[in-house]
Amino acid sequence: MFSRAYKTVVTVPPLMWVAVFLLVPYLLMFCYSFWSVSPAQTIVHSWNLDNYKELLQKTVYWQTLLRSMWIAARVMLFSLLLGYPLAYFLSFYAGKRKDLFYQMVIIPLWVSYLVRAYAWKTILGSDGVLNTLLQYVHVTSHPLDFLLYSPFAVVLTLTHIYTPFTFLPIYAVLEHIPRNLVEASHDLGATPAQTFWKVIFPLSIPGVLAGATFAFVLSLGDFLAPLLLGGPSGIMISNIVVSLFGAAYNWPLGAAISLGMLVIVVSLLFFSERLEKKWSFS
Amino acid sequence: MELLVSGDSSNGSRPGWLLVHAGAVFSFLYLPIAVLIVYSFNGEGVGGFPPHRLTLDWYRILFADAPLWDSVFNSLQVAFAAMMIALAFGIPAALALDRAQFPGKALFRRLVLLPLILPGIITGLSLLMLFNVIGAKLSLMTIILGHGTALISVATTEVFAGLQKLDRAQEEASLDLGANYWQTFWRVTVPNLKLPIIGAALLIFTLSMDEIAVSFFLIGRDNTLPLEIWGRLRRGITPEINAVSTIIFIFSLVTIVFWYRLRVRAEGTADVGAELIEGTARPER
Amino acid sequence: MPPTTTSATAITAGMSSAAKPNLLSIRNVAKTFGRNIVLRNVSLEIAEGEFLTILGESGSGKTTLLRIIAGFESATSGELWMGDERLGSVRLDHQPPYRRRVNTVFQHYALFPHLTVEQNVAYGLRVAKRPEEEIRQRVAEALDKVKMSAHAKSKPSKISGGQQQRVALARALVNRPRLLLLDEPLSALDANLRRQMQVELKSLQREVGIAFVFVTHDQEEAMVMSDRIALLRSGELEQVATPREIYRRPATAYVAQFIGHTNLLKGEVRSGVARAGSLSWSATLPDGPVLFSLRPEHVRPAGTGTTSGAVRVRGKVLQQAFHGATELLRVECADGLVLVMRTASGVGSQNEVELEFSPADAVVVRESPERS
Repeated sequence: MFSRAYKTVVTVPPLMWVAVFLLVPYLLMFCYSFWSVSPAQTIVHSWNLDNYKELLQKTVYWQTLLRSMWIAARVMLFSLLLGYPLAYFLSFYAGKRKDLFYQMVIIPLWVSYLVRAYAWKTILGSDGVLNTLLQYVHVTSHPLDFLLYSPFAVVLTLTHIYTPFTFLPIYAVLEHIPRNLVEASHDLGATPAQTFWKVIFPLSIPGVLAGATFAFVLSLGDFLAPLLLGGPSGIMISNIVVSLFGAAYNWPLGAAISLGMLVIVVSLLFFSERLEKKWSFS
Repeated sequence: MELLVSGDSSNGSRPGWLLVHAGAVFSFLYLPIAVLIVYSFNGEGVGGFPPHRLTLDWYRILFADAPLWDSVFNSLQVAFAAMMIALAFGIPAALALDRAQFPGKALFRRLVLLPLILPGIITGLSLLMLFNVIGAKLSLMTIILGHGTALISVATTEVFAGLQKLDRAQEEASLDLGANYWQTFWRVTVPNLKLPIIGAALLIFTLSMDEIAVSFFLIGRDNTLPLEIWGRLRRGITPEINAVSTIIFIFSLVTIVFWYRLRVRAEGTADVGAELIEGTARPER
Repeated sequence: MPPTTTSATAITAGMSSAAKPNLLSIRNVAKTFGRNIVLRNVSLEIAEGEFLTILGESGSGKTTLLRIIAGFESATSGELWMGDERLGSVRLDHQPPYRRRVNTVFQHYALFPHLTVEQNVAYGLRVAKRPEEEIRQRVAEALDKVKMSAHAKSKPSKISGGQQQRVALARALVNRPRLLLLDEPLSALDANLRRQMQVELKSLQREVGIAFVFVTHDQEEAMVMSDRIALLRSGELEQVATPREIYRRPATAYVAQFIGHTNLLKGEVRSGVARAGSLSWSATLPDGPVLFSLRPEHVRPAGTGTTSGAVRVRGKVLQQAFHGATELLRVECADGLVLVMRTASGVGSQNEVELEFSPADAVVVRESPERS
C-alpha cells in the first residue's frame, strides 16, 4: 500500500541519525578501547590490547565489577519484592481506585533522579533526618554511620528509584491475564493463594524478567548514586570509568571498561528476551 | 464480558497483608519527597529532627539566584530542541518500523530502543568520543544532540503503539479518494496520532529537563538545571536545593498527571508507559 | 416491583415431587449491580441428573444467574441450597467457588495457556491433592470421553476452538461435580460443528449422569438438548417446562414468540364466543380480553384438515420464505390481520389462499408486560 518513495522517506532520516549518533559512537568506543594514552595526555592511535590486559590482570577492576553486580542484584531483588505485590494488589484488588494508585506509582518515576537521590542523602546523613529522629525518640544515642556513604545507602536509593520501573512491566502483564482464568481456577477448587502460584505467577514471568532486567542493568551502570551516597566503600564500576574520563585521564581504558559493560548489558538483555519469549503464552 | 473485567474482586476479599504492603511501598516511595518538601520550609536548614521555624527564606534565596535561573533557561532550551529532534526522527522511525521492510530492520529497531535500557553513562561516553573525534566543542548543542538521540526511543515507542491502533483502512480510504501520501499523512495519519505525539512530547520534555547521566559527559560551559544542582551538591548541602527540588517535584507532578489523563483519553487505562518497557522487552510484537 | 406468580407456578411444572431434597434449590434470588436490577426474585429447583437449560436473550440475566450458582457473583438477596443425602440441605451461597461441588465450562473456555491439555484437565485433581496414579487414570479417562486423548500433550494455543471446548468439558467433568454449569459453550462454534456438539453433549450428559445447567440464547439449541427449559426474561422466569410443554403450551406471549414462530391473536371473549379481528369461534373461556398463540404449522390450507369446526379465512400472500423442508407464508387477511402459515414445500408460489385452523390449536397465553 505504501509506495517505495514513502517508505524511503520515513526510513532513511532516522536510519541516518541512528547510524551517526548511535552506531558510530559505539564503534568509536570499540576503537578507543584498543588505543592508549601517552604520558603527554594525548590519545595515541596505536592498536594494542594493553587496556584489556590491564583489566584482566588488575584485581581492582574485577572487585569493583563484582561489587557493582552484587549491589545491582540486591537492588533487583528488593525492587521486585516491593514492586510485585504492589502490582498484584493494583491489578486484582484495587477496584475503582486502580487508576489513582497507578498514577501514584508512576509519578515518582518522573520526578528527577537527582531530587530523589538528594532526598535520601539528607535523610541518611549523620545529621540527617533519620538519625536525628532516632535520637530524638531515644532509640539511638548517636548517629548510625552505615546509613550514608556505604553500599547500603546506594542499594536503598537505587531500590527507591527503580521500584516503579520493575512495577510497570509486571503490572502490564498482570493486566493482560484474562480474569476468566482466575475464575476457572477457583471453579476447579483452587484457593486464591493456590491460584496465584499455579496460574497468575507463571503467566506473569515475562513481566518479572523485564522488570528485573531493567533494575539490574540500570543499577549496574549507575554512577550518580555512588558519587552522592556511596562513599569509598560504595564505588561502582561506572565511577571508575567516570574518573578515567575525568581526572585520571585515560580514555582508552575507560572505553574498554565501557565496552565491557555494553557487552554485559546487551548479553543480559538478549538472554532476558529469550527467556521472556519462552515464558510467554498469550 | 468475562475476559477482562478487572476490578471485581472475584478473587475474594483482599488479604490484609497485601494492603499493608502496598501502603508500605507507597510510603517508601513518597516519604523522602515529603521530607524534602517539609525541610524546604525549615528555618534550621536540612537535617535535624524535628523541623523548627517555618520560613520561606530558602525560596526567597532561590528566586534571587541568577546562575540557577540561567541553568533553568538552558534546560528549557535543551528540552525544547531535544523534543523537536526526537519527534522529527522518532515519528518517521515508528512509521518505518510499522510499514517498511528493509535490511537491518531488526538491528535498527534494537539500536533505536537501546538508549532507554542502557545506563546513561554508555550513551553519554560514546557520544563524547564521537564529538571528540570530529573535534566538536562541548556545549549546549552537544547536550541537545545527546538528549535527542536518547529520547528518539520514547517518541518511537509511543507513536508505534498509536500506529498499531490506527485503522489502516482510513489511510487506504484517503488514497482511494485521491489524496497522495503527503496529504494523507497530514490529513489522516497525524490527526489520529495526535494524542500519542503530544504524550510523547510531554514525556520527552520532562525527561530532558531531568536528564543528568548523559548530560554529565556532554556538558560545556553552560549548565543545565540538574547539572547546576549537582555542582552545588558537590560543594555542600543547602536548603535552597530543597526548595528547587520541591518546585521540580510539583512541576513533574502536574506534567505527569496531565500526561496520564491524555493517555487515558487516548486509549482507556492501564499499560500506560508500560509500552516503553514492553517496547524494549518484547520488540518483536 | 412486586414478584410475579410466574415463578411459583413454574416451579411445580414439569417436576417430579421427590422425597429427597433437590440437587440445587434457588430461592428468591435477586441481583442488582448499582442501580441495575439484573435478577428479580428467581426461584428454581434443579433435580439430580437432569439437563436444564436457562434460556434468554442477552441482558436477561441468565449468565448472572449461572455465575451466582458457580460462586463468582453473590446474590443481593435470596439463598442457594444444595441437597445432600446425609446432611439434608447445605447452604451453598455462603461458600466460595473453590469449595462448591460445582464446576463450570466457560464461554471462552478459559484454558490455562501455560499448561498442556493434560495438565489443564488434571488441574482440579492436583489442587485437591489426589494421588498421582489416580490423577493419571482419571485424566486419561476424561480425555478419552471427549475424544481428545491424542492431544494430551499439546498446548491450548495449538488446538482448534472445538477441541478447546472439549478440553474445557473434560477439565470440569473429571472432578465429578454434582452439577456442571455451561455458559454458552457452543456460541463460538460455527453452525455445523455446533449441531454436532449439541448431540455429543447430550449423550455425554446421559453417560455421566451429572446434572447439567446450560445457558444459551439459542432456543433451538435449548429445545434439542434439554430435559427442561427455564426461560428468563429481564431477570424473571417466564416459564419452566419441558421442551414439548413449553412449545405446545406457552404460558405467555413472550414465550410463544421466543420459542419457534407463532401468530399472536388479540381478541375478546363474550358469552362463549372468541372474536379476534374478523375471526370468531366458540370458546369456553370467561368473558374479557384474551390473547391467543397459534403456531404456523397449525394454519393450513382450507379443506385439508380432518376436524370439523375449523375457522376459515381468505387472504393474499405477502411473502413466501423457503426453509428447506417447509415454507413459511405471510398472508394478509381481512382487517389487515397477518397470519403466518407453515406448509410443506413444493406448493409453488401462490397469491390468493384460503386458510383454516382448529380453535383447539389457539392456545391462551398471558400478556408479557414491559419490565423496567
